[in-house]
Amino acid sequence: MVNRAEKARRLAEAVLDPEIPVLTAGDLGIVREVEEDGGRLVVRLTPTYSGCPASEAIRRDVEAALTAGGFVDAVVETCLAPAWTTDWMSEDGKAKLAAYGIAPPARGPVSCPHCGGAAVEELSRFGSTPCKALWRCLGCREPFERFKCL
Amino acid sequence: MADALTAAYALRLGDDALILSHRLSEWVGHGPELEEDIALANTSLDLLGQARLLLACAGEREGKGRDEDALAYGRDVLDFSNLLLVEQPNGDFAQTMVRQFLFDAYAVELWPRLSASRDEALAGVAGKAAKEAAYHVEQSAAWVVRMGDGTEESHARAQSGLNLLWPYAGEIFEADEVEAALAEKGIAVAPSALREHWQARVEPVLEEAGLAPPEGAGVRKGGRQGRHSEHLGHLLAEFQFMQRAYPGAEW
Repeated sequence: MVNRAEKARRLAEAVLDPEIPVLTAGDLGIVREVEEDGGRLVVRLTPTYSGCPASEAIRRDVEAALTAGGFVDAVVETCLAPAWTTDWMSEDGKAKLAAYGIAPPARGPVSCPHCGGAAVEELSRFGSTPCKALWRCLGCREPFERFKCL
Repeated sequence: MADALTAAYALRLGDDALILSHRLSEWVGHGPELEEDIALANTSLDLLGQARLLLACAGEREGKGRDEDALAYGRDVLDFSNLLLVEQPNGDFAQTMVRQFLFDAYAVELWPRLSASRDEALAGVAGKAAKEAAYHVEQSAAWVVRMGDGTEESHARAQSGLNLLWPYAGEIFEADEVEAALAEKGIAVAPSALREHWQARVEPVLEEAGLAPPEGAGVRKGGRQGRHSEHLGHLLAEFQFMQRAYPGAEW
């Protein structure tokens, strides 16, 4: 028998990131706490970047998922500390990112998500969203985005 | 619990982020190249996120029922407490990047220290902002060097931007009773304590860029107390237009 908090956590963690729809909130590691607080269920999410517009969309989607799952009185709160880090991204999430064509965050050398080549260069430190940078592969010549290490 | 001092402090930091964010957003669609257009928009977005958290915190501490939107859209020039530096016009790309560098070099020293604040909300915002500022300062410092050490034209533009903006940098390190009282309680970071760290970041970059601060420049200040340059009113006229024309409008 799965308890209420665990059931709610699974619902929240299954919500997809609208910007990178192969990743779930669980993959991103942004569902920080799920607890029963005096009969009320509280889910605490942390934003990736302070100004990331996806954070608000994810929050709304989590609320909707909880409501649909029967948690009509659930409250979704934002917690800022400790600050999110890409280290919280799951290994499964990193593999899904690479398959999607985005180099996952890694402390080591960057490799091309298309051909796996190691000869790559940064084109711009900023990409289409705050969490990504623009790179290109010198081997297969394909441009790609890289999830920044934070 | 109402806490007027912490509210004022959060508002100062939030106004810096909000006004600089708006200035950078003015570049969207006008950047010198696509990558830089995106970089400026990304930086603007980070600052807007910081501003929202800080204004929300200020509103809660003030205890008068004002939320982030009420504070952003419902105040007039005299009620804004941002540094004069951040409201200065963009000018050309060199001027914008010099302004950004002077600010980033301060932000990257402020936020890690403020993340140890005894105020949990401020510490939380600061912990996130510290990571963002570290990224911003790498970008703005690289551009200051690239332009200062670039062509005659880019050097002249960067130097001209520095001459114009340098007098505003001194205000960063000014403190009044708000910072003094809160620093004593371990809530705020005393701005004066950041000066040497800021200099240690700024001087080597300017040297590498071949740029020199103007000699004998005074300090232009007053933003923290609501005494602004003429530029802020024009900025707010655009920023607040929709909420002024249609109060409470949502979409």
